[in-house]
Amino acid sequence: METVYKKPRLLNDVTMHYCPGCGHSLVHKLVAEVLEEMGVEERAVGICPVGCAVFAYRYVDIDWIEAAHGRAPACASAVKRLWPDHLVFTYQGDGDLACIGTGETIQALNRGENIAVIFINNAIYGMTGGQMAPTTLMGQKTSTCPYGRQADLHGFPLHITDIAATLEGTCYVTRQAVNNVANVARTKRAIRQAFQNSLDRKGASFVEVVSTCSAGWKMTPEQANQWMADNMLPYYPLGDLKVNGEKK
Amino acid sequence: MLLKGNEAIAHSAIRNGCDGFFGYPITPQSEVLETLAVLKPWETTGMVVLQSESELASINMVYAGGATGKCVMTSSSSPGVALMQEGISYMAACEIPGLIVSVQRGGPGLGTIQPSQSDYRQAVYGGGNGDYRVIVLAPNSVQEMADSVGEAFRLMFKWRMPVMILSDGAIGQMMEKVVLPPFKPRRTDEEVRQQCPWAINGLGLLSRKPNFVSSLELDAAVMEKRNRAMQEKYRAIEAEEVLYEEYMLDDAEYAIVAYGSSSRISMGAIDQLREKGVKVGMLRPKTLWPFPEQRIGELGRQCHALLTVEINEGQMVRDVRYAVAGQCPVEFFGHSGGVMPSPEEVVDKMESIINNR
Amino acid sequence: MIKGTIKVDTDRCKGCNLCAVACPKKIITLSETVNRMGYHYAQQSDNDACTGCAACGIMCPDGCITVFRERL
Repeated sequence: METVYKKPRLLNDVTMHYCPGCGHSLVHKLVAEVLEEMGVEERAVGICPVGCAVFAYRYVDIDWIEAAHGRAPACASAVKRLWPDHLVFTYQGDGDLACIGTGETIQALNRGENIAVIFINNAIYGMTGGQMAPTTLMGQKTSTCPYGRQADLHGFPLHITDIAATLEGTCYVTRQAVNNVANVARTKRAIRQAFQNSLDRKGASFVEVVSTCSAGWKMTPEQANQWMADNMLPYYPLGDLKVNGEKK
Repeated sequence: MLLKGNEAIAHSAIRNGCDGFFGYPITPQSEVLETLAVLKPWETTGMVVLQSESELASINMVYAGGATGKCVMTSSSSPGVALMQEGISYMAACEIPGLIVSVQRGGPGLGTIQPSQSDYRQAVYGGGNGDYRVIVLAPNSVQEMADSVGEAFRLMFKWRMPVMILSDGAIGQMMEKVVLPPFKPRRTDEEVRQQCPWAINGLGLLSRKPNFVSSLELDAAVMEKRNRAMQEKYRAIEAEEVLYEEYMLDDAEYAIVAYGSSSRISMGAIDQLREKGVKVGMLRPKTLWPFPEQRIGELGRQCHALLTVEINEGQMVRDVRYAVAGQCPVEFFGHSGGVMPSPEEVVDKMESIINNR
Repeated sequence: MIKGTIKVDTDRCKGCNLCAVACPKKIITLSETVNRMGYHYAQQSDNDACTGCAACGIMCPDGCITVFRERL
């Protein structure tokens, strides 16, 4: 009997604290798969955010630094410059990357730091209990915009990935999802490309993964994937925004 | 070599095998980054020099760089160091080595750009959250600025914690003759691996458990255990690393306690008072934490009164009073920054203490 | 003919059901009983229909599914 699929060795057996069906878990698994396939464990450094992925270091068996809220790109910049042959990546959520850490995100990308940024966009603050995020859609209800996001009260969703694509320091900017088998394969390819770019020092890579928060959205994982496809993907369309430094 | 204090920091960092400097311009310390930019150590020793987007980014670069086992530093001045407090707290919590050079200017807020010592409390007691300490070195000359860098690097790796060089705009900006330390090569990756087995750099991962640094611990009992272990380390530092210098204390009936720029002013005052026959000396803390509490306590027994001279509105004086524990009066004299105390004012203050006894 | 089979780590399964949604043959269901965490875990309900396509394994967020295939 041939084994056609098993979880990567680098994803250990610790039960992840994520809710059932969480996109974070799936992307952690992809990160572990890619690192293992590339064989770069001994020169990889991951930077975890503050947010749901704060405990990423418990699950993926490489060396990790836990950053202060929003500062992961600054941390990664330093690590990559000090260890130029290493693969250095951040793993961040929307609040961490596109709100409290917007400055660090844009500056690190614009400096062309040779890092990979994995950005999980689920349009909500999961860890703190479902508050409004910078990427919360117009009209979307959260615990701090219980009547739905309104422009006059809350401003607009931030298109951080589109901004990233305009920066000269980025070489690769893409938006993916993990809601079906085909999209998971695309996301994995994107992560691998971003990681390879870091090793090859091609500039900053930015992989947005449009994801779900079934607990925060108060849905089953299946419903959440459907809601994401119906509501988020029209607003955050999937595909490459920039490849090899060329805008698409 | 004739150098500014800030320039001496830059030269000394390169010569002490520093791996990386991450900083943001702010008066009166910008010469540190400027000097590094001119010296281009990335072409010689391979040292990384990066102008970051903010002090917030700088300190987090130091946090992460230190976490990988590299010898890294930043420098800033008062409002910038205020912005760094969060990162310093994280460094202390995760026991990460790193050097912060603080070239003080007057505050609060934007304050003045002239010299001040009004960040004594910020340095010694910290503005970040939690029960933590930072080793604070207090140079009072350009030579000591140069020397303190190597000492800070040694201490930060020995104790795995942030170390601060607390200087001020006067020492940072003044030019003096300085003998720079000899060149010491940066550590190789293999040396980093051997000396910092705790570090986050992937080296040897396949034959060891993964490393991580995190200050988060949801189990309160585990958190307390971590904190208690850190406190034990702090007690050991207090026992081992106190540094101070004495000036004419053997027969002193009165003593001044002053550090950094105000110690130089005080020395002038002591010379004038000695000429008038007053038996006065000075204790100069070279480490503000750990603080020379025990020696100051002894001076409290020996002297009729102690005087702290500071370029602030009275910060260190409270620590001196604590050390003296009521054995003799402890007075304070100072100006709040920019306006500097003169030796003559210090003489007048000391004479009034003596006359009012 | 190719026959597949899956092995579910029932202790770690959180019963999110995304494997069942992804299964083209619709032969994964959630158990009646619960595991130690209180979740109804995934199980293969028809051992003969599985082709070993691995869609379930790929979609499992927690890496609980191992997929095997053999040529009969």
